[in-house]
This record gives sequence, structure tokens and C-alpha cells, in this order.
Amino acid sequence: MSSTLTQRRIRLVGKPLAFALALLPLSALLAGAAGVRQFSLGANPVEHIQDTTGIWALRFLLLTLAMTPLRLATGQPWPLQFRRMLGLFAFSYAALHFANYLLLDRTLNFAEIIPDITKRPYITIGFTALVLLVPLAVTSTAGWRRRLGAHWLRLHRLVYLIAALACWHFWWQVKKDITEPLVYAALLAALLGVRAWRERAHQRL
Amino acid sequence: MRSRQRNAIRPSEITPESVFRTRRQLLAAAGFAGAGALLTAARIRADDVPASYRRLQGLTRSRLSVDETPNSFEDITSYNNFYEFGLDKEDPQRNSGGFHPKPWTVTVDGEAEVTGEFGFEDIIRPHPLEERVYRFRCVEAWSMIVPWTGFPLGDLLKRFKPTSKARYVAFETVYRPAEMPGQRWPTLDWPYGEGLTIAEAMHPLTLMVTGVYGVELPNQNGAPLRLIVPWKYGFKSIKSIARISFTEQQPHTTWSDAAPHEYGFYANVNPRVDHPRWSQAAERRIGTSLFTPKQPTLLFNGYADQVASLYRGLDLTREF
Repeated sequence: MSSTLTQRRIRLVGKPLAFALALLPLSALLAGAAGVRQFSLGANPVEHIQDTTGIWALRFLLLTLAMTPLRLATGQPWPLQFRRMLGLFAFSYAALHFANYLLLDRTLNFAEIIPDITKRPYITIGFTALVLLVPLAVTSTAGWRRRLGAHWLRLHRLVYLIAALACWHFWWQVKKDITEPLVYAALLAALLGVRAWRERAHQRL
Repeated sequence: MRSRQRNAIRPSEITPESVFRTRRQLLAAAGFAGAGALLTAARIRADDVPASYRRLQGLTRSRLSVDETPNSFEDITSYNNFYEFGLDKEDPQRNSGGFHPKPWTVTVDGEAEVTGEFGFEDIIRPHPLEERVYRFRCVEAWSMIVPWTGFPLGDLLKRFKPTSKARYVAFETVYRPAEMPGQRWPTLDWPYGEGLTIAEAMHPLTLMVTGVYGVELPNQNGAPLRLIVPWKYGFKSIKSIARISFTEQQPHTTWSDAAPHEYGFYANVNPRVDHPRWSQAAERRIGTSLFTPKQPTLLFNGYADQVASLYRGLDLTREF
């Protein structure tokens, strides 16, 4: 009975709230683009959009990966119900990040874009992470999950690699001070560490 | 001690006016005067500048200006790389309020006849201030048009009578971690250092800058005294200069020490030599619309006619 109530609460309050919160960074960008002064995109708006969408893609990836450890820590099943939404937001911000690069930064100048992707390692890595996210986003529906069965879980383990590539991409494009990428890399290491530790504990049983 | 040195530079050591004028005529004749330069200067709107900034008096408009519309005062003072005040572009404006650019002294040492410690007023007093509208190109592939106020660095350096051994000039930013929060972290090897060959330093385009938009330099732009070398990437144009040294050897410079494969000593703007992590072929002009494409970067930032001869015989892909 109480678990049904929790289900209802998650569906009616938790999820809409999470959805609205996840849209805040995008809303701030749109307000800035529309000229609302407090949300100004600054002197270099294209760069500001690039940095904001990129950092939120990475944050949502890490949030997605935080749901399993959160379930372990709380003993509650509800964190897993937010995983798909968070993952899709990670993909959406990553797609906006790439779209901004293609359209506003490079204005679809493929003479620059193609060498960027093939010759500049940090762009190659970021692009790879985005491409790998596509099948995960596509197969995020219940139908695909059912159709893929056991393969689904194996496929979605790609997210570990994607998160590592995203951290690396961020790390590599920083000019000098690596504190911020280091923080994200440490968070990722901790989130993956929990899983490795649990895996070992299971094997011992 | 100080007062003796204060008198060390006499008015007779200033570049004679006739030489100064002749040089300007030569430069104008060389074809980079641009008839529109005066119009550009006229377009700089003083009402962009908050009244709290002190206006500089007696400016002449330089014929060495480019004929492009300057960026707004807001853009120029809110989008800065000045790691001494933080790593984000907004940090310098946000964190430089506690910096005290006055009183200020500059130490001059090395291979010169006149050395010592000089007050800010002693440094600038003999020099007529000019307003020069220059292109500014950051190594990060963005650019601005800035109306600087200053005087040719060469005119100042001559007053110190560099010896024949002086082949380079090294500059150092002030080290004041109490007022510059970024210096409390070893992000770079403080104090920030930069350098030029003596020929680059003496070039008439190289400007010792004391102001922007006709007012005293804001802290975030390198108050009270900074360099502008318009054909080089922005990091060569050192801010808040506290030391000038004449040297025989090529000086260590902060960015080429931090990442020698990415930032060389020369750092000439060159669309054909990429940064290892990004192309330098194009740049984003600050202050344009969201949908304005990047524009092509010009060799030596558009000052090739004036400065290319300085690098004759140098392989710019190696000496980048």
C-alpha cells in the first residue's frame, strides 16, 4: 500500500519536479539569448553556450551514474526510477553542445569541422562519447528494453566508457588549471568504485 | 635613493619631436594610415564609460589606428584573461576591486645605462598620450577592437639607454597575492613574465598602455601600465608591469615555460600555424551576434606590412 503511494508520489511530484529542475540550465540560456539581463550570455555567447551545455551533459551523466550507489546507500528502490530521465537529459545537453558547435561555432563549415574531429584528440574523444550515447538514448524505451532482453544491460554498460570519455574530453580542453576536471574525474572514479566494490563483494559470496 | 633616480631621466632624453614626426610621416606614407582612422576614433563613444573612471587629458588620435568599430567598453572590461584575478573571463572584473594600482613603481635593470626604480609619473610624464585603435587577437581564437591610450614603448626604452648587449627586453607583472587572489594558487609560475626582442620592443606599433576608451586603465585590463603588441597573441601583452629588464639571453616567459609545445616565445598571430588543440585559421569577434560566423584570422593580425620584416629568415612554424 505504502509502496503504491510512493509510486504515485514519484510519478506525480518527483518526476515532474526533476524534469523542471533539469530544464533550468537550458531555460537560463534561452532567457539570456532572449536578452533578459540577469541571464546575460556575456561577451562571448557562443562560448558560454558551449561551456554550459557541455558541463551539464557531464553533470547529468554523473547524476545518472549516482542513482545505483544512492539506491545502495538508502536501501530504497526509487533512485532507479530517475535514471532514464537523467540519462536522457545527459544526452540532450550533449546533443545541444554538439549542435551549438556545428551551427553557431562552426556555422556548418565542414572544411573545419571534419579536421577538428579527426585531428584534434579532445574533439575526437568528445565526438566519440556523443556517438556512443545515441544507441543508449534510442534504446531507452520500455519496448527496446524488452526486445533486447539481457543484451540491453550489456549495451547500457557503455555509459561507463562514455562518462570516462566525457571527463577526458573536459580535462583535455582546459588550458591550465585542471582542478575542475579533476573534481569530476574523482566523482566518476568514486561512482565506478562503488560498483567495482559491490561486484567483488558479490563474487566472494 | 629614489629621488636621485627620479632625476635620472631628463627631458633631453625624450625622442626629439622632429624625429617623432618624421617617423609618423614615414609610417603614414607606408600606407597604413587609413583615411578612416580619424573617423573611427570619432565613433568611440565616451558615454559608454561609467563616470567613475578618470578621463585622460590631452590625447592625440594616432594615425596607426585601424578603421574598424571598437568593441564596447563593457565587452573590453568584462571579458578578460588575467589569471592573477582568477581563471574565468569574468573573474578579473569581479576580483580586481581590491587591487591598488597607485602608487606604482617600475624597476628597470639589466643591460642599460639608466637603471633603478621609477615612479609611475616619472615613467609616463615625458610622453604625449595617443589613442590607438588596434585589433586584439587572443590565442584562444577570439578577437576585439580596442581603443587603447598610450605611447610607443620604444620611446620609453630609449630613455634607459640600453647597452649594445641588450638583445631582449623582459617584463614582469607585479606580485601581490594579498590583492590578486589568483596568485595564491600556483596555476602559473608567479610572477607572470613576458619578453620581446629589442627590435620588437622598439617597433612603433608596440605600445605602452595607460588607458582604454580615453580613461585610466581599469584594474582588470592591467592597471596602471601594460603592454600591447598588436601583431602577437594577447598573452604577450603583459599587464600591470612592475619590472623591465634588458637582457642578453632570451628571457623565460610564463606561458612558454608552462606549455612550450603550445605557446612559443614569439606567439605571432598566424592563421597557418595551429595551436595543437585548435585551429588558428579563424576567430570569433566579440560583440557580434550569435549567428555571426567566425572571421578569417590575418597573418600578424593584419599588421604584416609593418612587422613581417622583423622575422625574415625565421621559420614561423618552429618559432611559433
